[in-house]
Amino acid sequence: MAVATSERPGRQTSGSFKAPVGNTVREKFTQLVLFLATCVALVVLATLLIDIFKDGVGGLSLDFLTQYTSRIAANAGIRSGLTGTLSLMVLVALMAFPLGVGAALYLEEFAPKNRWTRLLETNINNLAGVPSIVYGLLGLSVFVFFVGFGRSLITGALTLTLLVLPVVIVASREALRAVPREIRDGGLALGATPLQVAVRQTLPAAIPSILTGMILSLSRAIGETAPILVAGAVGSRRADNEPWNLSEAYTAIPIQIFDFVKRPQEEFQIQVASAAIIVLMTLLLFMNSAAIIIRNRYARNG
Amino acid sequence: MDQRTSTEPQPKSPPIRLDTDTPATRTKQPPAGSAWSKDTGAGAASDRKASGHDVVFQTRDVSVHYGSAPALVNVSLSIRQREITAFIGPSGCGKSTFLRCFNRTNDLIPSARITGRIDYHLQDLYAKDVDAVEVRRRIGMVFQKPNPFPKSIYDNLTFGPKVNRMKVDLDEVVETSLRRAALWDEVKNKLKQNAYSLSGGQQQRLCIARALTVDPEVILMDEPCSALDPIATAHIEDLMRELENDYTIVIVTHNMQQAARVSDRTAFFTAEVESENDDRRFGRLVEIGDTSMIFSNPGDRRTEDYISGRFG
Repeated sequence: MAVATSERPGRQTSGSFKAPVGNTVREKFTQLVLFLATCVALVVLATLLIDIFKDGVGGLSLDFLTQYTSRIAANAGIRSGLTGTLSLMVLVALMAFPLGVGAALYLEEFAPKNRWTRLLETNINNLAGVPSIVYGLLGLSVFVFFVGFGRSLITGALTLTLLVLPVVIVASREALRAVPREIRDGGLALGATPLQVAVRQTLPAAIPSILTGMILSLSRAIGETAPILVAGAVGSRRADNEPWNLSEAYTAIPIQIFDFVKRPQEEFQIQVASAAIIVLMTLLLFMNSAAIIIRNRYARNG
Repeated sequence: MDQRTSTEPQPKSPPIRLDTDTPATRTKQPPAGSAWSKDTGAGAASDRKASGHDVVFQTRDVSVHYGSAPALVNVSLSIRQREITAFIGPSGCGKSTFLRCFNRTNDLIPSARITGRIDYHLQDLYAKDVDAVEVRRRIGMVFQKPNPFPKSIYDNLTFGPKVNRMKVDLDEVVETSLRRAALWDEVKNKLKQNAYSLSGGQQQRLCIARALTVDPEVILMDEPCSALDPIATAHIEDLMRELENDYTIVIVTHNMQQAARVSDRTAFFTAEVESENDDRRFGRLVEIGDTSMIFSNPGDRRTEDYISGRFG
């Protein structure tokens, strides 16, 4: 018994294509809610930025960058913090890059996939979420007291390296994993050893993404206050930090900001601190832009 | 000279094989301290003739399992020197898996287990002292999807000689291999350009050129034209015909016309279902013989059905 198709119930063959009214309303309403959620975030951020800019821009000058800190707000500068932050950046990059990329290469290219390496991976992922103050306490007990580095630049750099290492490893692994399997196959088929393929093909192909992850990790590291505060950074210092003077006392911009807002005078709390925040944010903005540029260039070439 | 082996269509019982393809002289054991050990330069060249042909590979009851699931069961055949051997068959028949056994690419898959024996010029390819890396240098491979390195054309071609520390003039290797792959005229003025700027067909010829740079004896090709248009495919097929004079080529293809056009011998594989309540499939060799015979007068019903388009 054949059923003619036109008699099937539910099939509509005439009428307009207008959407049912309820659908349109629900659609628009949802979009509005989502838009408002975005607005709240943006408005809060903008208020914060404008407020800081208004307070701090008056305190900004070349002198502010080149002067050491002072008891008089008008003379105070962040030279020691700036040199400290830059020194920390160099040292953290030098230590975190080889360690992080090495660990990622091992885990991604060579490690056997067994229960032990899975446990290792889970732990690295968890470490990325450990509160930064915990790293500070670790730095304090291990580097300051146990190893005996004291409250020196190398202690701060090692502490921040430990802090960013899990993030660098995870980012590098993802970069390596994104390199197509075919590239490895092609290298191996030419009689290259797995190590040669990893170092000469897979790693170079992944390096732009690895660098992006590295820069973002570094910008997280230089924005951190808690870990290095605990691990012995000093708030008030009237000397330059240089990356090669490892055993010297050190400070960094966030530490100085913390120091400024702790002082009783209002000029320090508002104007000087805000100016220092603007410097720190500009530095972070530059680093994030560099990461975006590297990523975009890679996307174009790939 | 019809050399053909055939299994009867008996999916449930162990195959009974009348293997007339076997060389009669398989008595010698591979020499101890074989040439596969990395530092030995000289190959164990064999001048042994098998029915008038030099045999490069001889496989005996080769099975491959991924974990506990069989992918390919009991394949015995031989690959002759300076001929093109095509593997055809429906999806899941294990022909690519089998191809990857010849240069030990399956070793790289942790769950893969290979049993049986594969001899390369009388040497057991899976013996303890055989270095898989050295195997892969001497038995080259071209893949389904063109896979140039994301580098310049020049760097693509010098990677092999460099990692193998070959004492050669790199410029010369680049030019010779590109000429052999019929790509020189198209790229000679842009050797420094990224290989990704080439078309798909050019990329695949670059990959063939790249395989030639380390001077392999055998080139394995795993569906090398499946990602290419008919014109690029024709280019590659012409190239294979050309290369056949110096290289032994084994090609896996889904395209029966391609097998008929380029190959001297064809092996037909089929996929069998493991048991009735389980549709996991594994591959089995049905027959191998001269391509003209396989296509005009196959010895097995299943081959005939496949090449006439009744299944697959």
